Amino acid sequence: MAMQDLDPSEFKTQAPDAHGQVSTLKELGDEMKAKLARLGLMIAEEAGAGTYLQRDQTTSLCSTRSKGVEVLPIRQALQRYDWLKDYSWVAVKADTDKFTRDAASAPPDVVQGYFVRGLKGQVERAPVQTCLYVESRSTKQVVHNIVIAEEGSEINIITGCLAHGGIGRAMHEGISEFYVKKGAKVTFTMIHEWQEQMEVRPRTAIVLDEGAAFINNYIALKPVGSIQSNPIAYLNGDNSRVMFQTILYGKGSSRMDLGSRAVLKGRNTSAEMVSRIITRDKADVVARGLIVGDAPGAKGHLECRGLLLSDTSRIDSIPELDAKNPDVNITHEAAVGKISPDEINYLMARGATEDEATSMIINGFLSFDLSELPPEIAKETKKLVDQTMKGL
Amino acid sequence: MLDIRNISVSVGEGKERKPVLKDLSLHVEDGEVHVIFGPNGSGKTTLVQTMLGYPGYTIDSGKIEIDGADITQLPINERVARGLGVVFQHPPAVRGIKLNDMANLVLKKKNTDDVLPETADWAKRLNMEAFLKRDVNYGFSGGEKKRAEVMQIILQNPSFLLLDEPDSGVDVENVEIIGRLLNKFLQRDLKPQARKKAAVIITHLGYLLNFVKTDRAHVLCDGQFLCSGDPKEIYANILKNGFDKCQNSCLYSVREEAGCVVPDGTGRE
Ligand SMILES: Nc1ncnc2c1ncn2[C@@H]1O[C@H](COP(=O)(O)OP(=O)(O)O)[C@@H](O)[C@H]1O
Ligand SMILES: [Mg+2]
Repeated sequence: MAMQDLDPSEFKTQAPDAHGQVSTLKELGDEMKAKLARLGLMIAEEAGAGTYLQRDQTTSLCSTRSKGVEVLPIRQALQRYDWLKDYSWVAVKADTDKFTRDAASAPPDVVQGYFVRGLKGQVERAPVQTCLYVESRSTKQVVHNIVIAEEGSEINIITGCLAHGGIGRAMHEGISEFYVKKGAKVTFTMIHEWQEQMEVRPRTAIVLDEGAAFINNYIALKPVGSIQSNPIAYLNGDNSRVMFQTILYGKGSSRMDLGSRAVLKGRNTSAEMVSRIITRDKADVVARGLIVGDAPGAKGHLECRGLLLSDTSRIDSIPELDAKNPDVNITHEAAVGKISPDEINYLMARGATEDEATSMIINGFLSFDLSELPPEIAKETKKLVDQTMKGL
Repeated sequence: MLDIRNISVSVGEGKERKPVLKDLSLHVEDGEVHVIFGPNGSGKTTLVQTMLGYPGYTIDSGKIEIDGADITQLPINERVARGLGVVFQHPPAVRGIKLNDMANLVLKKKNTDDVLPETADWAKRLNMEAFLKRDVNYGFSGGEKKRAEVMQIILQNPSFLLLDEPDSGVDVENVEIIGRLLNKFLQRDLKPQARKKAAVIITHLGYLLNFVKTDRAHVLCDGQFLCSGDPKEIYANILKNGFDKCQNSCLYSVREEAGCVVPDGTGRE
């Protein structure tokens, strides 16, 4: 089945009042708490800047603890701020595809999501944590998020997207729009832990003004039915930059079609895309990357590396570079294959057993640059990847 | 003590399979350092990989012993556990594994990213400090790879060291640094009876031998040792006559040595 064959109208959304409210994550059930903790989402509740938890279509918890940021349920935010409509369905166009059309046509009182705003000039290193939890059988979760980092602000978001055990075939449709204003910075660390029968269709766009930075870390280490996502960043302002780091571990019969795109419109803009993919079993991964260089001094690099741990899995790497200006410098490198026996032998010649050598190579393969993240998020992210590695 | 007894080794698979080492024997006592000279393609690296147990090198006959125990069937890491250590001619780059991770591996310090004091010390002596946090061998020059290899092996501290062209691609200044460190590591500054470390050094450049004292040299041609004898004399003769006619590397003076077969120069024995 091609990814586009999925029909969103097959799934029904839950009512907004289907689940209750909690005043702290600690009130949640044990399964949810354990899952959230695993993803590092329990860390920030007291020390963090804000928390948002959505179960199906219910906003169960939304709180702000920092003076530098504001976290609101999207419906409430749209009611409170008239100007917010100028940011709603702007970066992501409603008629992009059938999934955006489906989300845009859902009754407004059903659609939930978070609004996160970094207030002008405020640098908040403490994480904002958000969690989108698919909880009911055969449901479709429809989400619309808007993140605005005002001029000179910094926000750091860690977000977990998960599904409850045993809910069968279910769907997540998530629209996310990011606006990073002049000199602002957003780090967005997203961890997906769906399950075998989830169909996931996020649609994401980022608009960057002058000197803005957007750092995206995406980690998906658990099986999923199918996921298709290809966020696009518009670097409109001069000297703006984006970095997309992706770590994927495809297992079972997961089908993942994932990528990132950057349109370098402003002068001296830059994009860096790094992805690391491991597949086993019958996993099928398409790894896309597109950098459009459309202004003098634009720089971009796309790097995709994949390791196949089984003969029946597949990695299809599709890097695309589109230079529309002679004064751009965009490059790519891709390497996909098995673990090289030469490398294993080399580590064994330094005393490692074959298994140790293999896990060292895989571990090293999945290491990524955490230097842009606040320490709490970096630590939790590293812990999560390390734990997964132990299970390999 | 290392004992290679009449090994014949072939490489490649199926139709591609070809014999490389032919009934070759080598005996190295504890405390001894031997040097092997030989033209490209004569089988030097094959000998090293065979001793290590690399897949792809099939031992058709003969055996290899360390301290009297047959290691011919052991996997690579178990040979290493018995004291073997190698400086590779062409070590592979491994993305995601830092030179310091290799140091921690040989030092058996798992699960840490810390740079241990001994690593810092040897990195400094080998001008490799800036490389510790880089992916091992990735984008290293030829000389940097060799210095990284020497650093790892000194930290590993094997009792039997195999060095496959540790000096090729290294500038003269660094050959001297490497040579002096190896000489010390191999306890060549001690009295012969106090030396415990043994080594086989493969080189085509005699320059290294200005800094590492060696006991004995062998000339490997077409998978066989043509002769064995005094390293300096053999090297001098190689300089004079080259390897063009492999057998010219051997001297009359070593012809008298027991067990050394020296052809008459016609290419036939
Ligand atoms: N893995 C291999 N597969 C096929 N041929 C090989 C392999 N290793 C070595 N050879 C061949 O064996 C011969 C000896 O090679 P090698 O031991 O590398 O020589 P040296 O180190 O003396 O230059 C060469 O002809 C080489 O091409
Ligand atoms: Mg060689």
